[in-house]
Amino acid sequence: MMAGDQTNRLASGGLVDRSAALNFRFDGKSFAGFQGDTLASALVANGVKLVGRSFKYHRPRGILTAGSEEPNALVELRTGARREANTKATTAELYDGLEAASQNRWPSLAFDVMSVNQLFAPIFVAGFYYKTFMWPAKFWEAIYEPAIRRAAGLGRAAVVPDPDHYDKAWAHCDVVIAGSGPAGLAAALAAGRSGARVILCEEDFVPGGRLLADGGTIDGLPAAEWLSRTLAELNSMPDVRMMTRTTLFGVYDGGTYGAIERVNDHLPTPPEHQVRQRLWRIVAKRCVVAAGAIERPIVFAGNDTPGVMMASAMRSYINRYAATPAKRIALFTNNEDGWRTVETAIAAGLQVAAVIDARPDVSPAHRSLASKNGFTVLHGSVSGVDGGKNGVRKISVSLTGGARAEVEADGLAVSGGWNPAVGLTSYHRGRPKWRDDIAAFVPDGAPPGMVAVGAANGAFGLGACLREGFEAGVAAARDAGRSGGTSAMPVADDEAFSLTPLWHVAGKGKAFVDQQHDVTASDVELAQREGFQSVEHLKRYTTLGMATDQGKTSNVTGLAIMAAVSGKSIPETGTTIYRPPYVPVAIGAFAGHHRDETFHATRLTPSHHWAAEQGAVFVDTGLWKRAQWYPRAGEKDWLESVTREVKAVRDGVGFCDVSTLGKIDVHGPNAGAFLDRVYINTFSNLAVGKARYGLMLREDGIVYDDGTTSRLAEDHYFLTTTTAKAGLVMQHLEFCRQVLFPELDVQLTSVSDQWAQFSIAGPKTRDLLQEIVDPAEDLSNEGFPFMGAREVALRGGIKARLFRISFSGEMAFEISVPARYGEAMARNLMLAGAPFGVTPYGTEALGVMRVEKGHVAGPELSGTTTAADLGLGKMMSTKKDFIGRVMAGREALVVPNRQVVVGIKPVDKARRLRSGAHIIPKGETPGPGNDQGYVTSVCFSPTLDQWIGLGLVERGRERIGEIVHAHDPLRGEDYDVELCNPVFYDPDGGRQRG
Amino acid sequence: MRIACPFCGERELGEFTYLGDAKPQRPAADAGADAVYDYVYLRDNIAGVMDENWYHGGGCRAWLKVTRNTLTHEISAVEPAAGAGAAKVGA
Repeated sequence: MMAGDQTNRLASGGLVDRSAALNFRFDGKSFAGFQGDTLASALVANGVKLVGRSFKYHRPRGILTAGSEEPNALVELRTGARREANTKATTAELYDGLEAASQNRWPSLAFDVMSVNQLFAPIFVAGFYYKTFMWPAKFWEAIYEPAIRRAAGLGRAAVVPDPDHYDKAWAHCDVVIAGSGPAGLAAALAAGRSGARVILCEEDFVPGGRLLADGGTIDGLPAAEWLSRTLAELNSMPDVRMMTRTTLFGVYDGGTYGAIERVNDHLPTPPEHQVRQRLWRIVAKRCVVAAGAIERPIVFAGNDTPGVMMASAMRSYINRYAATPAKRIALFTNNEDGWRTVETAIAAGLQVAAVIDARPDVSPAHRSLASKNGFTVLHGSVSGVDGGKNGVRKISVSLTGGARAEVEADGLAVSGGWNPAVGLTSYHRGRPKWRDDIAAFVPDGAPPGMVAVGAANGAFGLGACLREGFEAGVAAARDAGRSGGTSAMPVADDEAFSLTPLWHVAGKGKAFVDQQHDVTASDVELAQREGFQSVEHLKRYTTLGMATDQGKTSNVTGLAIMAAVSGKSIPETGTTIYRPPYVPVAIGAFAGHHRDETFHATRLTPSHHWAAEQGAVFVDTGLWKRAQWYPRAGEKDWLESVTREVKAVRDGVGFCDVSTLGKIDVHGPNAGAFLDRVYINTFSNLAVGKARYGLMLREDGIVYDDGTTSRLAEDHYFLTTTTAKAGLVMQHLEFCRQVLFPELDVQLTSVSDQWAQFSIAGPKTRDLLQEIVDPAEDLSNEGFPFMGAREVALRGGIKARLFRISFSGEMAFEISVPARYGEAMARNLMLAGAPFGVTPYGTEALGVMRVEKGHVAGPELSGTTTAADLGLGKMMSTKKDFIGRVMAGREALVVPNRQVVVGIKPVDKARRLRSGAHIIPKGETPGPGNDQGYVTSVCFSPTLDQWIGLGLVERGRERIGEIVHAHDPLRGEDYDVELCNPVFYDPDGGRQRG
Repeated sequence: MRIACPFCGERELGEFTYLGDAKPQRPAADAGADAVYDYVYLRDNIAGVMDENWYHGGGCRAWLKVTRNTLTHEISAVEPAAGAGAAKVGA
């Protein structure tokens, strides 16, 4: 029983499962097909010829091919969030409930208003955009472009986020094979039998390549029988992996290949927890490209009429899908292979109207086939097609010798020969070479480790495909170090080969080279006349080959026509550069799971979960989530919370998780000498048990990073970096250790993740710490002075590192405990600190207190400032060499008018400051000539009860007390500010030493 | 691209960070400003084989001297920088 109204489905045969009927909709109309169909074959089976409107001229278009080279049959597949534009109907697998819509038509495919574009066709020529919309320039964005975008174009992308998931994966093997036609299968057999680990990538959902459509006899067996035996053998080899629905799309350095696996594109939606597509990076010692060849059209007037189809595609639809594209066909061929379509059509019971053969003669066997089946053989070329949107009706033929003939048919098969798929072999800027005997480009070498075989190498015969594939499989396995036994090569005869090159037939009407981009033969000729003779210029001027099919059916034909009109040979004309990917790959597949909240890794501080319980507001700092402030009930905004936190620290005690700082243990007898070379100041003379602030420069003399480093033992320092530079400083220090100073005996260990570190600050810090630290530890000013650093025991026995350092300017310690105790430490600080009113504070309060104290941070360590700019020039030792020493002395870095760090206060105490405002001399009109610097950091200081800031200002430190102008064109603000000492709070540092 | 780390084996590009030409040597402390200027700023733009500094940050943290052809990306040799790895352990 035939499901639905599949008028063009043969009663038997093909690789479709007639027991599994599938319903689908195209442009809202219901149809039925079978499991094993593509959308294109199901449309063919239903007699649908018109499937889309063309890009520029809105010409009616049908199905040209049966594979991923298709230029015409593009549809919007699925609906809503999963709507996917420009999907090739020829590769879209049919599933029950599939919905597809034609593209670039309005209001309907059959009646398309914009097809009036065809009336204006004379102006839509090569270089149309460049020539037409030149003037006035401002009209381009406002008028021309929107109008063109409405009129021309392809499908509509979904306008909501993609609901599906994509994956990325690695695979490693000895031999990767692209294509599972006879050459690829033979290669897999040979390599697999040698014991090689093989990955065989097949773009289609069924392995077999042209065997599925063209059959043949291999090892005395019908192709289908050989295929099933071969697949069974490959399947029995545990190290051979067959990946269908997988296109090998690119080759990268070092034997790395890109492949896209369409895991669940053949289902309406991916099953739960499964991805739609998976991007593979395959690392292989050898690669065998058995990607086949693409049949090329012959360009003639009306060659885009629905019903004109590649001869090989017609065989695919009839033999593989049991779907007949026409009732009465004609064949236009310039080669022997095209005749196979006639044989197929006859076997399927179709009428053959005529064969138009451009060669001087055809074989006696073909002549007798013609007489037996009652069709004529016309020597000549097709010069025109009548039909339009209802499909081919009448074919005009220019006979050799000048006479004309007409053929009535509803389908026209065209074969202009075959172009080997030279993409993969050419992606490392390889240029294919021309072979006159087959009139085609073939690979001329390939990236290291790669070899092309079979049709991809210009060996079109079945026997040659098997032989080349098998030999390449043996060699690849051997080169990969597999030396398994030899085995018998599959054998078949080669078909007869005969071809007379023919690219373009002159005639009246539009003759399309690139059907997807609507580039005609006359566009190519016009480009040549206008001087665009290089193929790269031809491509860009006419847009030939620049559509989603990347000119798979048009590039070679286009350059052959260019060669003809410019009087050069095809190899002289040459090809454009081939670039991956071979087929379009969704950006989502490249992103994989790296999107939305998993765009990058998220690092949580050791006290994160506790902070979340407290209701902390978190801020993204690089990969980290840091507590920014801890709002309390009744607080109206962040400023109120931050102000409370700052006051609590200044009046009592608070703590803050500072684990995000980079931490590096520096060990070894030369540890001190090493640090002397990487910091501008000296660490070799630091006493054990003491900490020191250090500043690093880049070799060009600009400040790189800062932090405190403590000496815990004679040969052990503990170095901290800023949060932002944690990884980079480690890399830099390893470079210094391994490359610059290998003579120093020193080792570096990143311990950033090993230690949870808390800053505890405020006058009651010692009271709190005494509840935490073992009572035997002396925390008094004498027992643990300012800048002291040592290991201490905590109550309960845990060892901690305690540093008396202060970022806030208060009496403060930083305490490190093993990271697994970080959360417990936060909870214990809260418990033990309750009697002292302990207050957790976030990065915002931390920042306020550092501005109050005039400490530099990220905005001042901007990659443009020197140590002297930061007011730290005196730290630069003159007694030793260090990284950046010489370049820091360059003239431009020591001139007196450098912009240096200075404090900034608004003259109007009630005014809010903003970072980024430019500093201009008072009374002058702001301009680039008198821009003297800018405000780098600002905060509301609860301690001073006003906004304060830091800035980089020309000669700033000499101008303390001067009133200058702050100019903020971004926010439209202008106001006066006073330059002041950057240390707003406790300038003599008594509090932190107390 | 893949780099055969002498400590970890062959790994893919994403594990490594490129620094640049390995030829310039940091001048001695008394070499003068011109020598340091050359070291910091002047580089040959080699079309062909050159030694480069690469960092295996996604692996063993060794700095490597990678001999690479800038035209083909072919890597002909990889060796540890002078002080990389465990060379000094036990010495």
